[in-house]
Amino acid sequence: MEPISTPHDYLPVLVQAAIAVGFVGFALSAAAFLGPRLHGRKKEESFECGIEQQGDARRPFSVKYLLIAILFVLFDVEVIFLYPWAVNFKALGAVGFVEMVVFVGFVLAGLYYVLRKGVMRIE
Amino acid sequence: MSQLPATDPRSTDLVHGRDLSELTTLNLGPTHPATHGIFQNVLTMDGEIVLDAKQTIGYIHRAFEKIAERRPFYQITTLTDRMNYCSAPINNMGWHMTVEKLLGLELPKRVQYMRVIAMELSRITDHIICNTIIGQDVGATTPFLYVYQWREKIYEIYEEICGARLTTNMGRIGGWERNWSDTAWAKVKAVVKELPAALKEFDDLVLRNRIFMDRTIGCGPISAERALAYSFTGPNLRAAGVDYDVRVADPYSSYEEFDFQIPVGTQGDTYDRFCVRQEEMRQSISIIRQALEKMDKLGDRTTYRADAPEWVLPPKEGVYNNMEELIWHFKIVMGETEVPVGEVYHCVEGGNGELGFYLVSDGGRTPFRLHLRRPCFIYYQAFPEMIKGGMLSDAIITMSSMNVIAGELDA
Amino acid sequence: MTLATALFLLVLFVVTLTVAAYSTYAERKVAAFLQDRIGPDRAGPFGILQPLADGTKMFMKEDFIPAAANRRLFTLGPAIAMITALMTGVVIPWGGELTLFGETFRLQGTDPEIGILFVFAIVSIGVYGIMLGGWASNNKYALLGSVRAASQMVSYELGMGLSIVALVMLNGTLSLGGIVEHQAAHGWNIIYQPLGFIIFLVCAFAETNRSPFDMPECETELVGGYHTEFSSMKLGFFLFAEYTNMFISSAVISTLYFGGYHVPGLDRLGLDPNLTTLIGTAAMFAKTFFFIFFFMWVRWSTPRFRFDQLMNLGWKGLIPLGIANVLITGTVYHLAELWKG
Repeated sequence: MEPISTPHDYLPVLVQAAIAVGFVGFALSAAAFLGPRLHGRKKEESFECGIEQQGDARRPFSVKYLLIAILFVLFDVEVIFLYPWAVNFKALGAVGFVEMVVFVGFVLAGLYYVLRKGVMRIE
Repeated sequence: MSQLPATDPRSTDLVHGRDLSELTTLNLGPTHPATHGIFQNVLTMDGEIVLDAKQTIGYIHRAFEKIAERRPFYQITTLTDRMNYCSAPINNMGWHMTVEKLLGLELPKRVQYMRVIAMELSRITDHIICNTIIGQDVGATTPFLYVYQWREKIYEIYEEICGARLTTNMGRIGGWERNWSDTAWAKVKAVVKELPAALKEFDDLVLRNRIFMDRTIGCGPISAERALAYSFTGPNLRAAGVDYDVRVADPYSSYEEFDFQIPVGTQGDTYDRFCVRQEEMRQSISIIRQALEKMDKLGDRTTYRADAPEWVLPPKEGVYNNMEELIWHFKIVMGETEVPVGEVYHCVEGGNGELGFYLVSDGGRTPFRLHLRRPCFIYYQAFPEMIKGGMLSDAIITMSSMNVIAGELDA
Repeated sequence: MTLATALFLLVLFVVTLTVAAYSTYAERKVAAFLQDRIGPDRAGPFGILQPLADGTKMFMKEDFIPAAANRRLFTLGPAIAMITALMTGVVIPWGGELTLFGETFRLQGTDPEIGILFVFAIVSIGVYGIMLGGWASNNKYALLGSVRAASQMVSYELGMGLSIVALVMLNGTLSLGGIVEHQAAHGWNIIYQPLGFIIFLVCAFAETNRSPFDMPECETELVGGYHTEFSSMKLGFFLFAEYTNMFISSAVISTLYFGGYHVPGLDRLGLDPNLTTLIGTAAMFAKTFFFIFFFMWVRWSTPRFRFDQLMNLGWKGLIPLGIANVLITGTVYHLAELWKG
């Protein structure tokens, strides 16, 4: 096994991030500087298919989307648990695999429960 | 109809009992990419589900019925262009035939066949637009831009016949303004020959596509009973399973001589509407083919209008060079010819359904009253019922599959 | 980090931008080809200057912010989308080792042990760009679009993560460089992971918001989706980020399943190491471009899903399949080990 990553490995990532931020900052300011700017009350209204806005977009939204987000968090954590095991899959051998099958079984049971509960039933 | 059936879905109120603070109001229109015209739907939604819809119409209402009361008969053709502008020639022919019915004019066979060809061509353009737009609205852009070139080819035929493309103002009361050119005939034959292959490709691309089927089957359905209650006609009614077609039920322009089939659906959903229109295009091609054969058998290559000088505007060369034709021209334009007093109703199978003209004449040079039976106006009334409980995406393709044309809706 | 790496990063940045810019051109040409049209042909010969014209247009347009919008987040949204799109390229191995002026370096920005997880992390941050942009607009269509985008992207991230688990089990490493080396030694992963590849490919379409998963921006329903209110370079960034993501996704697909820069049998020819590396890089780009083309091919051939169908496919289709793939992979591996003795 090679040694684990050192902070040194992440320097290029930072450099790349700096390049990206620099480019985005430059392009956005350049566009803001180059383009025309004309203000108007009617013009600056939010688009609502060409008529007066009805209500506001800052309203409580259907809870179903939130449920999906929460489920994502739950299951994503479980998927992340699989990664350390997956990396060492060959080293852990058959016993490790059986142990993981049990874990995956729990995940599947959870998924089955969630789907049966009708979280994905949009209607 | 006094009593709606007990199963009237309009009575199911999906909004009642819901926490209103969780519902969103979304405007679909007036200027929305999905409305293909200008009309507004205010949707009450819970997340993606449409719970209620209210329509507003009249954004491009131009008071055609009122304008028509001040216009001589032959000038009303231009108004009909601007109703269902996707199939303007059918509207034109429908209007000509209405006036001919009032006048009691009988047209030569060749003119009738030419009208059949023009009407079937425009039915094809209408259906091409509707079906490719369904594709466009479910996200399949390629059929839209690929099959659309056939509409272009048919528009070239229009150009050959009358010089215009979209608002055609085609033909005259009593026939045609001139004989069709050889180029026009060649182009008609080319379309008849090549279009079936393009339709086949269109079918192959979407008809059995899993995503397309999942999106459209069961989307925006309407039962035959409800459709009849709304007085649906045309492809939308046939998709619900009722084989009503004006061309068969009340033949005009010699349609009774043609051999064609009326495709019907079973569910009345978007997929059925799509399939019905696809098949109707094939039937239209077959009708045009038959018309061409019948014209060959007639052997007549010159007649293009009825021999009724008191009604049919004479050709311009005649007006400039002959005394008699100048007189007729003057009399017709100035409204000096005797128009019978009476009421007529004439309907044609428009691209979208039964397009009716109810004409009351008091003997003057203009109609006393003209009512237009516009199928889109009727379909649009059923729109909320068809989309309630479905998703936003369903609402959009339901609308495009009903082929609601704003110009005809508002007239 | 050496100067060479810094230079490489700059080159990578320019290449990413160029490929993304020309993907917009390619997209229109591919669409035109599929639809029997000509496509852009006005700017320069065959329209090859079209991306430049588009870019210039983006710069010269008015930078419009609606009055009701949250100004800071409205700017932050597209910025995040673009920055995250540009960042993932750094861990992808674009080629082997190159020796120039007596110095040897890899054609890869860096190869951390957790390469794949890094890509996932950055892609996840990309969701914030769309989410913030849509919410900050204070527009119902934009909000609906961004909510759709967020639900879709998080749902498909699960499937994507699961498809990778099975791959990692066989390769024994999370480093992208390591995965390519493993494939060079044991054969491409597509042979061992066909199901995983399909899951990953489908998820990649969803993660990049490409048709048939372009729900968040389907213009016939939501006007412009999450970027309804955006104009100028901010709109440009959203669109550009999509193409950059497509490029990076294609590169990741090539790396994970098609051997990356590895060309079978090339090292046996005994060519100059530098030449071998360059051929490898060319192969990597060829594979990547094929997948970019594939993205376009699919976009111009299929309709799009409905939101619930898309969620069902993700949660009831791809996630169980992904788990099944993990179990199948493990079982087959252990059976094979048993059989080998």
